[in-house]
Formats: sequence, C-alpha cells, structure tokens
Amino acid sequence: MTSKLFLALLLLPFSGLAQDDPAGVDMLDTAVVVVAPPTSVIAVDHKYDKGERIDLTWVPSIDDQLVEGKVLAYRIYRIVNDGGPQLVADVATGVGPYQYADEDLHRDSIYSYYVAAVSSNYEAASTRTAPMSPQREWMNLDRKWLFLIALIVGGSVLLFITAARRGTKLFVRKIAGLEAVDEAVGRATEMGRPILFVPGIRDMDDVQTLAALTILGRVSRVIADYDTRIFMPTSRSLVMTAGRETVKAAYQAAGRPDKYSDDMVTYYTDEQFGYVAAVDGVMVREKPATVFLLGAFFAESLILAETGNYIGAIQIGGTARPAQLPFFIAACDFTLIGEELFAASAYLSGEPMQLGSLKGQDVGKAIAMIAIIVGAVAITIGEAWDVEFMHDIVTWLSGVFSTR
Amino acid sequence: MFKRRIPLFILAFVGTLLIVSVFIPPMENLGEDFTLFFDIIAVFAFFLGGGNLVRIHFGKLRRRKKDWGFSIVTLVAFFFMLTIGLLKVSSVGGVWNIPLLGIGDPAAIAASPTTEGSWFQETFNYVINPLQSTMYALLAFFVASASYRAFRAKNREATLLLLAAFIILLGRTPFGMELTRWVPESFSVLQIPNMAIWIMNSPNLAGQRAILIGIGLGVVSMSLRLILGIERSYLGEDRG
Repeated sequence: MTSKLFLALLLLPFSGLAQDDPAGVDMLDTAVVVVAPPTSVIAVDHKYDKGERIDLTWVPSIDDQLVEGKVLAYRIYRIVNDGGPQLVADVATGVGPYQYADEDLHRDSIYSYYVAAVSSNYEAASTRTAPMSPQREWMNLDRKWLFLIALIVGGSVLLFITAARRGTKLFVRKIAGLEAVDEAVGRATEMGRPILFVPGIRDMDDVQTLAALTILGRVSRVIADYDTRIFMPTSRSLVMTAGRETVKAAYQAAGRPDKYSDDMVTYYTDEQFGYVAAVDGVMVREKPATVFLLGAFFAESLILAETGNYIGAIQIGGTARPAQLPFFIAACDFTLIGEELFAASAYLSGEPMQLGSLKGQDVGKAIAMIAIIVGAVAITIGEAWDVEFMHDIVTWLSGVFSTR
Repeated sequence: MFKRRIPLFILAFVGTLLIVSVFIPPMENLGEDFTLFFDIIAVFAFFLGGGNLVRIHFGKLRRRKKDWGFSIVTLVAFFFMLTIGLLKVSSVGGVWNIPLLGIGDPAAIAASPTTEGSWFQETFNYVINPLQSTMYALLAFFVASASYRAFRAKNREATLLLLAAFIILLGRTPFGMELTRWVPESFSVLQIPNMAIWIMNSPNLAGQRAILIGIGLGVVSMSLRLILGIERSYLGEDRG
C-alpha cells in the first residue's frame, strides 16, 4: 500500500494532476490509478453549419494505448466566456475515433475546452484549447456535388420543357397501366357500377399522395365525361378536402358541375386497419367495376388489392414503395412502378410541356447509369488487384452522391 | 382567379424556399418548421373529417339508405369514444372518475386520456387493438392466395419467379439448411440458405435500388412541374 502511494506521488509531476485538476482525488484512502492526460486536443469550428457546433479531437492517453481498461473514459469540459468548467459529456474508450461534437452553441459566446482521461479514481486533464466562437456559413459546400447534380437534372427538365414548347417531338414509351385508364372507366360505365379511387393512407405532405391527386384530376375528368360515379374514401381529412376540390374542379371542367356531390369523397378514419376494413366493406358491398390504388401504401396494400381481385374489379395499382410493389403486381391488372406513378399525370395529359419534363428525367438516369458502371468496374478492379487509383475513384463517387 | 393563383403562388414560393434551404445552413431547419405548420393545419382539418363522417352517416340513417345498420354502429362507436375521451372517464380499483361531471377524484382532470384505467385507453386496448390485429391477420391468407397466382409457372419469367421464391422459402427454414448440409464448404454458395441470401442481397437489392433511383428522379421531375405551375390537374385544370 505504502509503496503504491509512493509510486503514485513519484509519478505525480508527469500526470495530469500536475495541471489543472478539476476533480481532486483523495489519494490517502485508496491506491490511485494514475493515468496520463490526452494530448493534442483540438477544437475546430464545424464547417458549413449555422454556427452552433464545435468539433473536438484528441490523441488518447498513452495509458489508454498501452494498457487496456486503465483509462475508463474521457470527460469533455467546456468553459464559456471564461467562466467555470462545465462537464459536457463522457466519451467511452475503445469505441473508435476520439472526437466529440459539441452542439447547440451560440455564435456570440467564446468557448474553450479540455479533455480529461478518467481512471477508476483519477482524472488527468489536458491543456485547454484556444478560445473560439462557432462560425456561421452561408453555403454548405459539402453539398456542392449534390447541388451540381440537382442543377443538371433540374436544368435538363427545364430544357426539355422548353424544347417541347417549341414543338420538338418527344418520344415517351407506352405505360400499359395508363393506357388502360379509358378502358377501365369505360368498363365501369358499361356495367353501371362505380369507380373506387383509393389515394393511399398518407397525408398531403407525402409526394405520393400528391401524385395520386394529380392522377385523380385526370381520371375524374374522364369519369365526368363518361357520366360514371366515382367514390374516394380517404384516411386523412386534408386529403378529403383536397380530393373534393380536385373532383369538383374536374366535373366543372367537364361541364357537369351538377353531377358532383361531396359524398363522392369521404373520410373514414386515420387508423390504418380501420380504414382498410371500411374500404374492404365498400368493395364487397358496392362491387366497383374499377379500382384505382394509387399513392402511399403499407401493409394494407395486399389486403385491398386482393379484395379488389376477389370482387372481379379491373385494378390499376401504383406506389413508390418498393416493398409493396410485388403485392400490386400479384393482385392488380396493371401496376405503375415507382417513377410511373409520378409520370402518370403528365402522360395522361399528353401535353408536350408535361412530356418534356419526363424526358428530362432521362438525363438523371444516364448520370446514375454511368456512375453505377464506373463504380462497379472501379471497385471490382480495386479489390481484385488492389489498385489505389480505383479505390480513390470509389471514394470520390461515394462523396459525390453523399447527401450529408 | 385568386382561388387558383394563391395556391400556385404558395406552392412555388414554399417549394423553391425548401429546395434552397438544403444548401444554406442557416435555413436548414426550415423543412422541420413547415412540417410543424402542416401538423397544425392537419389538426384543424380533423374537425372537417369527423364532421363529414357524422354528416354522411346521419344522412344515411335518416334516408334509410342501403346498409344503414352499419351507420348506427359507426355513429355509436364514434360518439362513445368522443365522450369517454373528452370526459376522461376512468375507473381505477372500482372507483369511478368523471372529473368534468364532478364525479370521483377532481385531480383526474389533469390525467392523460391514455393513462391506464381510463376507458379511452381500455377501449383501445381491448376493442380497437384486437380488431386491428384481426384485419392484419387476414394478410396471411391474402399472401397465400396472391402467391398462388403469382407463382403459377405460366411462362419463363413466372417460372424464374417460382424458382427464386422456392429457394428463399426453403432457405429461411431449417429444412433448407439440412437439405444441402452435405455440400462442401468450398461450394458453400450452393447451399440453399446462402443462395437465398444471395438472391435477397444481389438481384433483389439491385432491382429495388434501380426502382428507388427512378422514384427519386420522378419526384424531382414532378416537383419541378408543380413548382413551375405546369402541373395543375390537382386544381382541376387541364393545362398550365
């Protein structure tokens, strides 16, 4: 016991205790596990933020590097405007890079930090970092590649829209599900049965619901022309309100405002399976001739589509959720796969300007294809023959398509 | 005219602002703020939804329309839940609390309607939850019927699909592992569980990612059409 205490006192000048020791250790009661402090503590302003974050890095204590388990953690202390030290966080040892991001800071305050290595009964503090304030940047240059890609894709869409406006003929491949819309509405008219339009279970803040409503606008115009009935049950109040406006406007545009009724678009419940039970009930009782399942669907997709299949309705399904697409493909007559859902309204309109926007997407696809091929070749050669240059290409490509 | 122009202006302004905010750090929380605005609007819209539900079913009941009996169930359930939720009806240990009517513990007025013992929560636990689970359980039977149709080997593609499904089904069961345990380690890729993993991680994932890339580009294109006012069908207009 005495020899351990002597050793600890001997090492004292070399330990963090010799510096500003905030904890204080009762060295007379127990054997002190003295550890060396971390070194090279650096605080830098986090790049491309709004001035709320400082990043800290340090080199771990030599005792942490040599003896496993001697250093238990690193304590981060923050000093604000020359006040007293505040304990900010404990960072566990042996879990990767020694760094910490201090967030929710203020640009008008001055911060300095020190990091302490902690043993079971001792704390060795590093020297303080230079005082600094977080800085605000006006452009996130980490996203420069994302900006460039967005500019190219967005620019191409605009370019093709302009070209279409000038009369350039654009080829858009046939989409079977959309070609069948007239036929599906016609079938319902002939059979004297209603058309059921299900816009998914998400609210208006989901782009799939928005896509469903744009298709609803086109479809209800055809329905109004054919003088057929449409019924649209919704699981969100806002979708009901927006759906009513869309159907009403389509009936007005078709010159049949008297045929429109608010009862065409109704709200049931926000509860997922409560909504499914209600829609399934409508399907079985009313036996619609045509069912549109377009929008955001989750576990209910197959229940709805199979019920539609059971009643013998012609079904057009479409969603941008890849996990639900196989269910629609299995149970529906036509399926709009992913991007086709978003292209549907433009396709149905047949307007050159709208079709031009679809052509613009092809440029984005070309970029994706080139990147995939180059990336696949680079990573294959890089891994097989350990070519550094190929690894660099992969790293660069990962950075380009990163959205951090 | 304003009924059309104001929504178009709001959409173009907010859409552009949110795109720009991705690249400007001081504006990066704007998306969250607008989501909050949306939630506030959605709360008010809920009254519209609830009101519409009551109106439709009362109308159905009054005119004795087809299947009006279901409307009684809907209305009774709706008003029952609304009443016990608003009045915070609860019974804990045989003691009744309806604080808004001055019955039982007045402090219960501060309790959440979802605390244990409240009728609102009990109804949810013992009526709504089992009913929802019942609906969800139907999925198992629908998967069976849909799989039967999808996996009929009518053509080359369907046969491939059937084969892939068969390997994955077997690969996820102990039987699949036992069936190919004899395959030497150097050919382990031919063991059924490993083949199932390969199908899921390579062709399946590649297909899903291709669809996701298409979706991303589709969203960009549609958003631009909406922001630029070219897409107006949701307003009932045929062309912009």
